[in-house]
Amino acid sequence: MTTARAAGQRYRGASLRARDIRMRFGPVEVLRGADLDAAAGEVVCVIGPSGSGKSTLLRCLNGMETRTSGTVLLDGRDTADLDVNVLRQRVGMVFQHFNLFPNKTALQNVALALTHVKKMPRERAAEIALRRLGDVGLADRAGHRPAQLSGGQQQRVAIARALAMEPEVMLFDEVTSALDPELVKGVLELMAELARGGMTMIVVTHEMGFARRVADTVVFMDAGVVVEAGPPEQIFEAPASPRLAKFLSQVL
Amino acid sequence: MNDLLHNFFDWELIRQVLPDLLTYGLANTLMLAVASALLGSVIGMVLAIMGLSRRRWARLPARVYTDLFRGLPAALTILMVGEGVFSAQVGWLASPYPVAVLALSLMSGAYIGEIFRSGIQSVDRGQGEACRALGLTHAQSLRLVVVPQGVRRVLPALVNQFIAIIKDSSLVYFLGLVTSQRELFRIGQDEAVASGNLSPLLATGLCYLILTVPLTHLVNHIDRRMREGSRPAPAADDRPVATATEGAPA
Repeated sequence: MTTARAAGQRYRGASLRARDIRMRFGPVEVLRGADLDAAAGEVVCVIGPSGSGKSTLLRCLNGMETRTSGTVLLDGRDTADLDVNVLRQRVGMVFQHFNLFPNKTALQNVALALTHVKKMPRERAAEIALRRLGDVGLADRAGHRPAQLSGGQQQRVAIARALAMEPEVMLFDEVTSALDPELVKGVLELMAELARGGMTMIVVTHEMGFARRVADTVVFMDAGVVVEAGPPEQIFEAPASPRLAKFLSQVL
Repeated sequence: MNDLLHNFFDWELIRQVLPDLLTYGLANTLMLAVASALLGSVIGMVLAIMGLSRRRWARLPARVYTDLFRGLPAALTILMVGEGVFSAQVGWLASPYPVAVLALSLMSGAYIGEIFRSGIQSVDRGQGEACRALGLTHAQSLRLVVVPQGVRRVLPALVNQFIAIIKDSSLVYFLGLVTSQRELFRIGQDEAVASGNLSPLLATGLCYLILTVPLTHLVNHIDRRMREGSRPAPAADDRPVATATEGAPA
C-alpha cells in the first residue's frame, strides 16, 4: 500500500484560538462557553458524545454558524474584523458528506473557487487543481464526476478542493463517518500527511485511533463545554473527569 | 349521423384553413409561447430567489405576486393586462403582441417561480455550505452551483409549463388581432364562425397537438433519463488508482 502523494508537501499553518464560544438555538444553549487552542501546525482532535456541540463549535470557527458570543483569533487577530468570505478562504473545511458538486468533474470541483474567489484565469486554476488532485493521489481521476468515484476518493477530492485555496487552518467535520470501513484508512492517512506537512488542523472525529496517533491535543466536549483537553496520552490513559472516563469506556 | 360527421370532418374546409394555420398561425403561436416562456422564466427566477430569501421584505412581495397571478383565471389576466396596457397606447406596447407576451409572462412567471423555488429548495443544503466554506458569496453559490442543479431537476415541470403557455396563448384573441397577427386558435375560430362548421377548429386542434404531444414525450424522456442518471454511473475506468491507498470502487 502506498501513501497519498501529499508526502513532502509543506503548509503554512496559522494558530487558531477560540475563547468562550457560546451559541444558542432558540431556547437551547448548544455551546456554553467553549475554548479551543491550536498552535500553528498543530492537530487538535475534538471528541465527545453526539450532541455535545463538537460540530457546532467547529462550524463557529469559520462562520458557518453564527455564535451568540465569544472570540475567534486567527494568527492572533480577531476574526470578527475579517470579511467572512476572507476568513473562509483562510480556514478551509471538509464535511462528513463530502458535498462535492455532482454535476462537475473532480477537476472542476477543485478549480471552481480558484476562478471565482481567487479570480484566477481558467488555465491557471486548472493547473493548480490538477496539482492538488495529485497531492491526494487522484490526478488520474480529474475528469471523473463524483458519482464515478468511491466515497473515499470523493472525500479526498473534497480535501483537495479545500487545500487549493491555500488555507492556514483546516477544519474536518467527521469526515470519515460516512465512509465504508475499508475506505476510511486512505482518508486518515492523507490527513496524517497534511499534519506532518505543518497544516493546522481541527478534527472532529470518532476515530480514536487517529486522535491518539496524530493529535497534538485532544479535546473532550460534553454538553456544550470542553470538559478536558490535553495531549492524547493524558486524555486516553489518564482521564481526569468521570464523564471522559465513561465516554472512553463506551467507545474504546 | 352524417351531419355530425360533416360538422367535424369537412375536408374541403380543413384543406382551406390549413395553409394559414401552418404558415403564420403556427409561427405566431410559437412566437407568443417562446417569448412568454423566456420572459416568464426571468420573472420566475426573480420570484424564486426572492421567495427563498431570509428577508421578509423580499419574501412577502414574491408571495403576494404568486398568489395573485396563480389565483386569477388566465382569460381575466390577459384581458385586464391586455386592455389596460394596450388601450393606454404606451410606446411599443401599443401593439397586441408585446402586450399579450407581457400578460402571459406575468402569469406563467408565477408558476415558473414556484417550480424554480421547489427545485432550488430540493438541492442538498451541503452544496451551498460547501460553496460558502470555500469563500464564495451567497449570490455566487446560488448562481454557480445551487440554481443550475435545482433547475435541472425541474426541467420536466418547466416543459409542462411551456405546454400550458402554448395553450394559454390562444387567449390573445381577446385583444383583437389583424389578419396576419392571428395565431392558431384565432384562425380556426374565424373560419369556424364564417363557415358555421367546426372542421377548421379540428384542424387547429391538430396543430396544437403537433406542438404539445412531442413536448409531453420530451417530458417523459427527460424524466426517465434523470431517474436513470441518479444512479451512480459505472466508473469509466476500473483500474485501481496506483497512488491511492484504497482500491477502485467495486
